[in-house]
Amino acid sequence: MLNIKNLHVKLEEEDKQILKGVNLSLEPGKVHAIMGPNGSGKSTLSYVLSGKDGYEVTDGSAQLEGVDILDMEAEERAAAGLFLAFQYPVEIPGVGNMTFLRTAVNAQRKLRGEEEMSAGEFLKVVRAKAKDLKIDADMLKRPVNVGFSGGEKKRNEILQMAMLEPKMCILDETDSGLDVDAMKLVAQGVNALRDGKRTFLVITHYQRLLDHIKPDVVHIMANGRIIKTGGPELALEVENNGYADLLEEIA
Amino acid sequence: MAMDDVQVKDGVDAETVEAVKALSGTYKYGWNTEIEMEYAPKGLSEDIVRLISSKNDEPEWMLDWRLAAYRRWLELKEPDWAMVDYPTIDFQDQYYYARPKSMEEKPKSLDDVDPKLLETYKKLGIPLKEQALLAGVEAPEGERRVAVDAVFDSVSVGTTFQAELRKAGVIFCSISEAIREHPELVRQYLGSVVPVSDNYYATLNSAVFSDGSFVYIPPGVRCPMELSTYFRINAENTGQFERTLIIADKESYVSYLEGCTAPQRDVAQLHAAVVELVLLDDAEIKYSTVQNWFPGDENGKGGIYNFVTKRADCRGHRSKVMWTQVETGSAVTWKYPSCVLRGDESQGEFYSIAIANNMQQADTGTKMVHLGKNTKSRIVSKGISAGRAQNTYRGLVSMHPKAKNSRNYTQCDSLLIGDKCGAHTVPYIEVKNNSSRVEHEATTSKVDDDQLFYCRSRGMDEEEAVALVVNGFCKEVLQALPMEFAMEAQALVAISLEGSVG
Repeated sequence: MLNIKNLHVKLEEEDKQILKGVNLSLEPGKVHAIMGPNGSGKSTLSYVLSGKDGYEVTDGSAQLEGVDILDMEAEERAAAGLFLAFQYPVEIPGVGNMTFLRTAVNAQRKLRGEEEMSAGEFLKVVRAKAKDLKIDADMLKRPVNVGFSGGEKKRNEILQMAMLEPKMCILDETDSGLDVDAMKLVAQGVNALRDGKRTFLVITHYQRLLDHIKPDVVHIMANGRIIKTGGPELALEVENNGYADLLEEIA
Repeated sequence: MAMDDVQVKDGVDAETVEAVKALSGTYKYGWNTEIEMEYAPKGLSEDIVRLISSKNDEPEWMLDWRLAAYRRWLELKEPDWAMVDYPTIDFQDQYYYARPKSMEEKPKSLDDVDPKLLETYKKLGIPLKEQALLAGVEAPEGERRVAVDAVFDSVSVGTTFQAELRKAGVIFCSISEAIREHPELVRQYLGSVVPVSDNYYATLNSAVFSDGSFVYIPPGVRCPMELSTYFRINAENTGQFERTLIIADKESYVSYLEGCTAPQRDVAQLHAAVVELVLLDDAEIKYSTVQNWFPGDENGKGGIYNFVTKRADCRGHRSKVMWTQVETGSAVTWKYPSCVLRGDESQGEFYSIAIANNMQQADTGTKMVHLGKNTKSRIVSKGISAGRAQNTYRGLVSMHPKAKNSRNYTQCDSLLIGDKCGAHTVPYIEVKNNSSRVEHEATTSKVDDDQLFYCRSRGMDEEEAVALVVNGFCKEVLQALPMEFAMEAQALVAISLEGSVG
């Protein structure tokens, strides 16, 4: 599903190399987790994959279902099935949540040459999915993320994911700033979308999210590279011992 | 199905994007009508003023009024305090009167109007036949009807629904007709809200105004339909000086819409209109404008200079006026729709979206003058600047000594798109009594890169994203517009910002 080969990325404005040869391969339907110390490049990886400005790819490639995405515009990648759940979702004053969702859904459909969703159909679907995430009608009417609590913002990201039905979901520290209950709700939402074909890349600091979203593979990222790959037990190891040992291993 | 209000807002917004995509993105009213025109000789002189008056078959008192204004104008100097820059206007190098030849004999009905003129309005989407619908919006109960006065260059081409309105006692006709048929009303009110001496352009307008709309709503009447005037400037090199007068008698209500378009020309054209609103006790007027004059090309060539004086005099107690405007065209805009809150408990509201893109310049705002007790005013101004445009909000809130307990709330927000444009705010607040309350909030924001990326990461392209964010910014004002206008306005907002990012 997602194939990242030898990816080197630096900041556009500065001479700072952030990703120094990332290799990652995700099979369809699998859940991969990435953990790592601050500054290891985890968020940069997610931004570069989704097409944010400000980064320059100096080497390597990234392919989604065999198609090179690094040359595509952000909206084209979205229409191709990529979705990033932001760590800090942005507020858009004056733009209703429902409006935003509908515009996004139809924008992607148009890019793919599909028919747009009718208003009635959309309303039915969004209400059902919102209910599962305990998002009430009021939250749907409010401007996107304006005045939302941390938990509400993250649940809103999952709602978008549910509506857009992406193939490849990147969750950038989805659990940061959440209390245990909120985190469980978010995890539930994500698990509901696991259908054996949809692929997930979960970036997190904390093992506890992985108790609820059980990964198939765990990677440790440090210094712009993936330094270790293993099964779920790798996450527990890091939780108990920290990164120091691992960093020493590779040094 | 309980779709409720969420549905309407959704539908409108998503359709905006559709509308934008459907249109080619250029100013779609830039075509002109090939039609035989009759022009007065170029330049301005007492003879021209007399010519205009005679062409309109005006009574002696009207000619005298014009001449007095003209003589005064000769002594005035053009003001230059606004934050706008434009090449000096040669007032002698213009036509002050242009009329389609076919209108020499005023047609008795729309059936007698030159088909070319009717075609023009059809192309603009303005319903001149007495059916319905602006912007194709249908109310579930039946067709929404809007009465239209169509003004082509200096002349009113026709006014619909006059008979039906007359049954309700409402007079809606061109001002030239009103001068002939209802001189008492005109004489009583013309120039009483915007005196001839008010400002340079109002004085000029008083001398050479040609046509515009006249509305009178009798006491206790709620005007049975919306009234609107569509101004279409067509002739080249011709200044346009409309005059509109609306009188709302006691306890009456009217909602009035003004639409404006003009063809694309290389040379700038002057549009100096005057609008006067008079409100008696418990009367209410809602005045909406969607102005889509040609803004000039990306280098600032051509376009309309829109220097307009609009004022509402809330003479009556508890009278209310609401100005709503969406200004997207015109190369240079200089206007301050204002309210004089004379009657006790009278209210004035001003909602505005002013967009300046490419090389446009706008110095606009409003004046709320509180004279009476317990008067209230509310100003919501949204300025959007893009390209190399300059957008200035200039507002005056004045509370006079006798305006006890009066209140004002002002919110002026500026949105900047790109980094070569400018937004300026010049608020004047004068309070001369100690029980008034004035609140002023101003924000300036940039269309955030992060917001755009967020939208794009969800599948919207750059222009869709900007349209969405800008729509959100303007929402409060768009919601104050009559429904028909709201849809047109939303599409207009999106188009005006084409090419504004990157």
